[in-house]
Amino acid sequence: MNTDKILLDHGSGGKMSHELITRILLPNFDNPALSLLDDGAVFDINTGKLAFSTDSYVIDPIFFPGGCIGDLAVNGTVNDIAMCGAIPLYLSAGMIIEEGFSIKDLEKIVHAMAKAAKEAGVDIVTGDTKVVPKGSVDKIFINTAGVGSLPDNVNVSGHRAMPGDKILISGTIADHGMAILTQREGLSFDSEIKTDSAPLNHMVKKMLKTCPDIHVLRDPTRGGVATTLNEIAGQSKTGIRIYEDKLPVRPDVAGVCELLGFDPLYVANEGKLLAAIPSDAADMVLDTVKNDIYGKDACIIGEVTTDHPGKVFLQTRIGGTRIVDMLTGEQLPRIC
Amino acid sequence: MAIKHLDEYRDPKIAKQIAGQICKKSKNKVRIMEVCGTHTMSIFRNGIRSLLPDTIDLLSGPGCPVCVTAQEEIDTFIEVSRLENVIIASFGDLLKVPGAESSLMAERADGKDIRIVYSTFDALDLARKHPDKKIVFPGVGFETTAPVVAATILKARQENLDNFMVISAHKRVPPALDALMNIDGINIDGFLLPGHVSVIIGMNAYGPVFNKFKIPCVAAGFEPGDILYGILMLIEQIEENRPKLENAYPRAVTADGNPQAVKIMEQVFDITEANWRGIGQIHASGLAIKEEFAAFDARKRLDFTLPDSKEPKGCACGEILTGMKIPPECGLYKKRCTPVNPVGPCMVSSEGTCAAYYRYWDG
Repeated sequence: MNTDKILLDHGSGGKMSHELITRILLPNFDNPALSLLDDGAVFDINTGKLAFSTDSYVIDPIFFPGGCIGDLAVNGTVNDIAMCGAIPLYLSAGMIIEEGFSIKDLEKIVHAMAKAAKEAGVDIVTGDTKVVPKGSVDKIFINTAGVGSLPDNVNVSGHRAMPGDKILISGTIADHGMAILTQREGLSFDSEIKTDSAPLNHMVKKMLKTCPDIHVLRDPTRGGVATTLNEIAGQSKTGIRIYEDKLPVRPDVAGVCELLGFDPLYVANEGKLLAAIPSDAADMVLDTVKNDIYGKDACIIGEVTTDHPGKVFLQTRIGGTRIVDMLTGEQLPRIC
Repeated sequence: MAIKHLDEYRDPKIAKQIAGQICKKSKNKVRIMEVCGTHTMSIFRNGIRSLLPDTIDLLSGPGCPVCVTAQEEIDTFIEVSRLENVIIASFGDLLKVPGAESSLMAERADGKDIRIVYSTFDALDLARKHPDKKIVFPGVGFETTAPVVAATILKARQENLDNFMVISAHKRVPPALDALMNIDGINIDGFLLPGHVSVIIGMNAYGPVFNKFKIPCVAAGFEPGDILYGILMLIEQIEENRPKLENAYPRAVTADGNPQAVKIMEQVFDITEANWRGIGQIHASGLAIKEEFAAFDARKRLDFTLPDSKEPKGCACGEILTGMKIPPECGLYKKRCTPVNPVGPCMVSSEGTCAAYYRYWDG
């Protein structure tokens, strides 16, 4: 390859595409199903139920503190499958790359995907790369889809929250969204805030071992904790009450939110989960989560209630009560 | 970046203690207007209403800068964004505000170059980076924002950045209070004065309004403890029938304010009449760029025509901004007007009364 930039030819399906695949993708994603380079991947799977999910990643900037679009694309789909209570097994990766994109950056991204897949214990078994003319996409977009197998005794769904359930969050909120925001053009913050992007499937497996009857698992990504809790309350037709003083927020994240007028409850997370757990098992599950590398700041932030079905209420730090609505539109920095 | 010193103003024990005193002292039904949009949001976010007795009604005033920006001003921003070689550098809040037939957000989707900045100085950076473009900053805000915009204009002049311009739609708070008190049928027993504005203009700036109407006035900060303390002081004044101009935010607000900020503001802006959305023309309530700085005044330098500006039919923003109605009393609220599809600006801005009700009011 005599160029350090992605050319339209790299997506032509011809010799240069082949070279891109064999030089960059194959060595990183190395696994038997992929290395056959057939049109699709063939793999064994236990019979029973499967979970299947897909997501597209168009994040800007593509590199940010603590991660990049590559690990995000793998962790995101791994987590979506894990939130069904399933064990993620195989992923696909489709990339749409802008002509002129740096091959070095592509290598970094692919490497990050491979590393994330390894940590999650999944194989990227099939993929696709397209190159589009400059300006047709912003640098690189990645789609991943994945399948996972669902253990027989697990029944996790947003519909299953029941009055009395405890609401668990697996760690500090708003880290990812604020890490991205502090990197955006025009904001010159010196901060240590990093994305929380992480695979949660191992944590989920341990949680379900502790309590197979966990009712709901959700990862509060875009729209944040507030939006996800509203979805759960709506689907389950129950109320949810959370406590402001229990919400774990890193002090620096809280500070930046304060300055920019953002509510951490509405800011995206990429390595956190919310769970609705039968109250008698809540403490045990909390201990399990706290012993996981991605769960040390976990805590119980509230409970599922019978009153106000479909709504989320927050008891404020000073003892007041207010409703917590879904995010409507993008949070925009305030004027004063 | 941690803001630790705020904790004491959020202390539940202190808050409950003050709330308890308010409950004890409040005997008569009163209507208190929090003038500032940031107060409105903080009151909702902290659930302060749920701590107050039924005797106290809190009304939101005309203190959200986006909300009081007149429709023709919004249309001006939109028309300017359509001109050749123009980059609009705007605070985020403004993007969704509907004009007569469009919004900056819709114009951006249509390919106009509209960028969100976090500071006016970011707009200056754009001017340095793009000498072939005209960078236009929509200047919306009260006495809190105006000095920074003035300082930016001074800096642009110093650097000869003649591609930087401002459309000044700045407004002044004290004349608006005067205008409110003159509205027929207005029913307000006390003003919770805005904290940030008071930091700049100082308590004395409210002297003329207070002396004219003898209405209880207390300046307050934005933390729950600050707001509750401000309300307590107002209730004491009202119950004891001794109207005063008082300061519940002495850690930030002084009698004279910030003289340097006021000086810069006076250097760059002339006081002028201004059109407030829903209220109308208010004498001496606006800030226009002085002739001396005409080179930075987009209204003078750019050529554009405005569409017919009519405020949307049925929108009660005007009555809401003056405390005559609350959002659920508007026929459009939660029906045709939502944060996703706002009809009036009070539903758009994060500080807007309708947006606050929509997000936090259980009704």
